Amino acid sequence: MNKSAEKTIDLVNRNLAKRYRAEKRFRFYGLLSISFGLLCLLFLFTDIIGKGHSAFLQTYVALDIHFDEEVLGIDNIDDPAQLMVANYDGVIRKALRDQFSEVSSRRDKRALYALISNGAGFDLQREFSLNPRELLGQTRTFWLVADDDVDTYLKSYRGSGEAFTGRLSEQQRGWVQTWVAEERIEKRFNRIFFTSGDSREPELAGIRGAIMGSLFTLAVTLVLSFPIGVAAAIYLEEYAPKNKWTDLIEVNINNLAAVPSIIFGLLGLAIFINFFEMPRSIPLVGGIVLTLMTLPTVIISSRAAIKSVPPSIREAALGIGASKMQMILHHVLPLAMPGMLTGAIIGMAQALGETAPLLMIGMVAFIVDIPGAVNDPATVLPVQIFLWSDSPERAFVERTSAAIMVLLAFLIIMNTLAVWLRKRLERRW
Amino acid sequence: MKKTLITAALAAVALAGAQWVSASRDYITIVGSSTVFPFSTVVAERFGRSTAFKTPNVESTGSGGGLKLFCNGVGVQHPDITNSSRRIKSTEVKMCHDNGVTGIVEVLIGYDGIVLANSVRSKPMQLTRKDIFLALAKEVPNPDDSASLIANPYKTWKDVNPRLPAVEIEVLGPPPTSGTRDAFVELALEGGCKAFDWIKALKSEDSRRYKTICHTMREDGPYIDAGENDNLIVQKLNANPFALGIFGFSFLDQNSDKVQGSPIDGEDPTFESIADGSYPVSRPLYFYVKKAHVDVIPGIKEFLAEFTSERAWGDEGYLTEKGMIPLARPERTEVASNVKMLKNLSM
Repeated sequence: MNKSAEKTIDLVNRNLAKRYRAEKRFRFYGLLSISFGLLCLLFLFTDIIGKGHSAFLQTYVALDIHFDEEVLGIDNIDDPAQLMVANYDGVIRKALRDQFSEVSSRRDKRALYALISNGAGFDLQREFSLNPRELLGQTRTFWLVADDDVDTYLKSYRGSGEAFTGRLSEQQRGWVQTWVAEERIEKRFNRIFFTSGDSREPELAGIRGAIMGSLFTLAVTLVLSFPIGVAAAIYLEEYAPKNKWTDLIEVNINNLAAVPSIIFGLLGLAIFINFFEMPRSIPLVGGIVLTLMTLPTVIISSRAAIKSVPPSIREAALGIGASKMQMILHHVLPLAMPGMLTGAIIGMAQALGETAPLLMIGMVAFIVDIPGAVNDPATVLPVQIFLWSDSPERAFVERTSAAIMVLLAFLIIMNTLAVWLRKRLERRW
Repeated sequence: MKKTLITAALAAVALAGAQWVSASRDYITIVGSSTVFPFSTVVAERFGRSTAFKTPNVESTGSGGGLKLFCNGVGVQHPDITNSSRRIKSTEVKMCHDNGVTGIVEVLIGYDGIVLANSVRSKPMQLTRKDIFLALAKEVPNPDDSASLIANPYKTWKDVNPRLPAVEIEVLGPPPTSGTRDAFVELALEGGCKAFDWIKALKSEDSRRYKTICHTMREDGPYIDAGENDNLIVQKLNANPFALGIFGFSFLDQNSDKVQGSPIDGEDPTFESIADGSYPVSRPLYFYVKKAHVDVIPGIKEFLAEFTSERAWGDEGYLTEKGMIPLARPERTEVASNVKMLKNLSM
């Protein structure tokens, strides 16, 4: 007896070192996996931020604009229609010609005009219509948006020794250098990026339209999927009898959560656009399609939340004479709400990043006007990223990364909100 | 009773809702080719800015997908215009007719060159269409000059043509669903294929076999399907100096610091050589307009006028700025006058 006990402890001692080593290895594997994940994340972030940070700055050029009545073509200053169609590009061109008076041939003039964005005229129009009386006939210095070729050139010029000359000719680079020497050119915060809709001119393109589109789409999704999902979860948890039918429904809901999202897009195309004849590209249809996609997630998480409310609460409520509806509305639902909200927010975050189902219903589109309602044509953030990444203009590369940063910021906010809600409101038993 | 009332009320709300969103559309909807997309969107944006009309919506669905949507019927839920990087097929015209889309106006807007490019860090490749065919076709003529085919044995460009360097054949290009790929196959591959007299003779004898020989890309590795994103191909070429890539001229134009176009049949892919037709791999770009929508959706006529104006599609217009190759002047005048009269498509 004694002998065999000794034997056991010997065995343990002999194996101890080996077991410690195995333990250490096991821990190391876990650490390795986490560092691999973190490394990938770090790589992703440095790549995106490295490429995208420059998009938040935009090159502007200072020009002395003379508001000449003749060039503008205004003879009656009180006529708003005239202010609307006046030749603002003309005064910009004149300012350019005045500064570089040696330019004379038609070809050179075109090269010179190409340095200023063709959206600058609209900016000037806005400035001018604020107080036309004061400005007409006067000369003022305005900072105008430079063309994307100039912008890319200057950004690469400052960054490394060898600049990307791209589409700028030597002559054009000379003009830009003159501006640099005269300090007439500078990089400013790119407000356009946050205030305007999509554009084919990189220097005029912004994500406001896509953000609004995403908000409208998500609003429709939330308004539809949350009540429907919660109601379905309550019925399934509290009322539904346990039989073959409820089992079948449960299996189907779990399956739907794993269906590729493009299928929901096809469904949306067939039902809402072809059958109900709704227009393409509107957030209303997009929201309904994304509702179909997020419903399973919302139902599953809501059911889990309802299930986690202890039966003692239900029994106590019923015991003091509450009806089943009162028991659910007054006790179960408030206690399950944090879990349900967390599920809904995670579903929304998933919907925010979705493009595939929207492809089928026409939300992968070039839309300039910023949507103002759920039935205005719109696109969403991930679609905007996709469209820019496919554009030939060089300056869209940095804007693509910048848009990814904005999308990531939204996702981080939503997920933090979900964590915060859970920490803040959840009760533990 | 109460139940039926609720159901009826719900149905009424749903119907009214559908009516509310689909009753009218005051903006133009454009679908179609991803090649025409960058040009169509520029015109749409300018049109929206300079007129009182709303900016048209432009979707990139591919030429075939666009024509399918376009031909689905007449009514506000169907698109008004579809872009295409090839001419409409007679089967598609028939499909349109069957769905009540009878009045179609065809607008030829310009040309697009397809380039074979490599990284600027390596030498440009002097290619002929015959080299391209021999390097990329699935089956090639037997080198012993008998009129028979063998599975493509070539591994390096030197095998194809002794003048070329001994680098492995590696070409990145778009997938089969892409219009760029279709055009490349038709213009470059078939162009090289026709260089063999006995294959050329097949065209009239056995056109199906001719097509199989000339239009089938090899699948044993040298041709790599790199997806629809042309920017991605440019990036990959930058990383691999020995590979060649197939993409549209505008991407070459924008990335001249990273990639260079290979001359084909002695012609460099430049703006001028594509415009005058001497560069062999270029294709026409079209869009099609639904006549029945012209006075229903506001702004279609004005949009057409903007697109066919000299400041847009002219030799120095803003479309050429974006990389589109303009039509010759007499061609432009003819198309513009046809568009003005809304002349029906004739095949």
